[in-house]
Amino acid sequence: MAEFLQQLVNGISLGSIYALIALGYTMVYGIIKLINFAHGDVMMVGAYVGLFATAVLGLDVFMAMLLAMVVCAVLGVVIERLAYKPLRHSTRIAALITAIGVSLFLEYIMVWGVGPQQRTYPTGTLTDASFRIFNGQVTVTSKDMVTLLVSLGLTVILTYIVHRTRIGKAMRAVSYDGEAAMLMGINVNSTISATFAIGSALAAAAGVLIGVYYNSVDPLMGIIPGLKAFVAAVLGGIGIIPGALLGSYLMGIVEAFVSGYGSSMYRDAVAFGILILILIIKPVGLLGKNVGEKV
Amino acid sequence: MVGKEAQVKSNLKGIIYRILAVVALFVVGQVALEGGLIDSFYQINIFLIGINIILAVSLNLINGYTGQFSIGHAGFMAVGAYVATVLTMKLGYPFAVALLVGSLSAGLAGFLIGLPTLRLRGDYLAIATLGFGEIIRVLLLNIEYVGGAAGIIGIPRQTNWAWLYFSCVLTIVVITNLINSSHGRAFISIREDEIAAETMGINTTRYKVMAFSIGAFFAGLAGGLYAHYFFLIQPSTFSFLKSFDILVMVVLGGLGSTTGSILAAIVLTLVSAALASFAEIRMVLYAIVLIILMLYRPQGMMGNKELSLSMLRLKRGDRRDTAVGE
Repeated sequence: MAEFLQQLVNGISLGSIYALIALGYTMVYGIIKLINFAHGDVMMVGAYVGLFATAVLGLDVFMAMLLAMVVCAVLGVVIERLAYKPLRHSTRIAALITAIGVSLFLEYIMVWGVGPQQRTYPTGTLTDASFRIFNGQVTVTSKDMVTLLVSLGLTVILTYIVHRTRIGKAMRAVSYDGEAAMLMGINVNSTISATFAIGSALAAAAGVLIGVYYNSVDPLMGIIPGLKAFVAAVLGGIGIIPGALLGSYLMGIVEAFVSGYGSSMYRDAVAFGILILILIIKPVGLLGKNVGEKV
Repeated sequence: MVGKEAQVKSNLKGIIYRILAVVALFVVGQVALEGGLIDSFYQINIFLIGINIILAVSLNLINGYTGQFSIGHAGFMAVGAYVATVLTMKLGYPFAVALLVGSLSAGLAGFLIGLPTLRLRGDYLAIATLGFGEIIRVLLLNIEYVGGAAGIIGIPRQTNWAWLYFSCVLTIVVITNLINSSHGRAFISIREDEIAAETMGINTTRYKVMAFSIGAFFAGLAGGLYAHYFFLIQPSTFSFLKSFDILVMVVLGGLGSTTGSILAAIVLTLVSAALASFAEIRMVLYAIVLIILMLYRPQGMMGNKELSLSMLRLKRGDRRDTAVGE
């Protein structure tokens, strides 16, 4: 039982990180139907900005996270403007290849710029306290709690933005029908930019959290979490914000249990296995609705 | 007007010319490679080009002609490579048998994966195939019999110019003839409009699985050749980055252009080799080239046109249209 709860705690932490990345994926997919393969790499850049802020500027972890979010928001908008916007009306595959190109560009420009080696956040970035619950059998660390709280806090803010603000309303309108939204006087370009900015900021927060939680950053760190967060978004139903959360927590928990009880070598295979199962049984994801194709 | 007999005669003449050209190119390659006229760096790249041509042409059948967005080609390549290697190294079968069984296993994997997942469309299929490719890689990583993460080392070099060259020719001939047959029309109709194709009585699932299995078969062939040329195989060789590489060749060459795929396989392999000495910025440049190409020529180098000698002559109308009947 203690083992079970411990894995649950680990899974929730992992799920919180996936959730922050998956939200960005799902928002971008919802609005321009593009699998933004570079999203995981934006997260990596965020992790490096966080490292720079804590190690060089000596900021505390929350200020570092804020800085990383601002930098990545700008980066996300620049990527969208330069690489994706000119392809908005071309084929999906061309856009996807471009996204792969951007992903490789970010990865290897970092390998070139900062070197391929792993780096660690300075010690004491986060006060390392742990709490023992259930008669001391289950350990919850301050890292777990910060991860969960930051993730929940940002999700609440995001939900507020999407459902209660003007820009959120515009996003939902563009996502529903871009052309009709344009006819109604919505500035589609700035709405898409805002989506990229918000999604990239969330990824940056996730990057800093990964840096603190696993205490290691490297230029290729974005690939696997990026893919898994994407899988999580598809699992919940891509384009649906609560779906991204549900999918992410499910993925995180399943992964923790596979690592804890089985072999950690198989956790990637299990993640993709779940994905394929879901796609075959319910291709639109757990929370998605089936839309008939118009002929 | 050209009489039927004359038509047959001129077709026959074309075929004979082609066979002669194929044999001539083989002899040139054989003399140059086996005669030691080409240094080892270029030799490696010539073999890589050949393997990449097989991969790109076979993925083009799935992505370009049938319009099914697959990004798990490296997974099938891995199946072919591992099965062939196990057969030659551990079980002692001759290379030809190993290559055939490896390719068939990859084709079978394509069939098994294609059957359930081809109900998915567009991006969802892409994700599912990506997932399958990764699952194959993770499984190989965990099977001790094939060396786990370290892979298999010391594979005998059995891939020679003849094997490589005739595998390429086989791939191109089979896929070109398939495309120009009535089955090929079915593939293209699925790409253009799946629902319309189904309405016209085309069994779309059957054709999609067929394209998927044949594409996977040739990916397996490329894998077997790769393993028996490069001395070692590891699961990480067949990661999704490899799948992306192949996809990039297909898209760069033009979706639905076999000659485009061949051209792109050659160009990209050479570009990659030329940049090998700038290891660090190589991938950065590769990425920039990729992005710029997509921005300015998203349909690829060739679009869906084929490169042929008749393009140089006066336009006589598209030869392939004559298949419909005159």
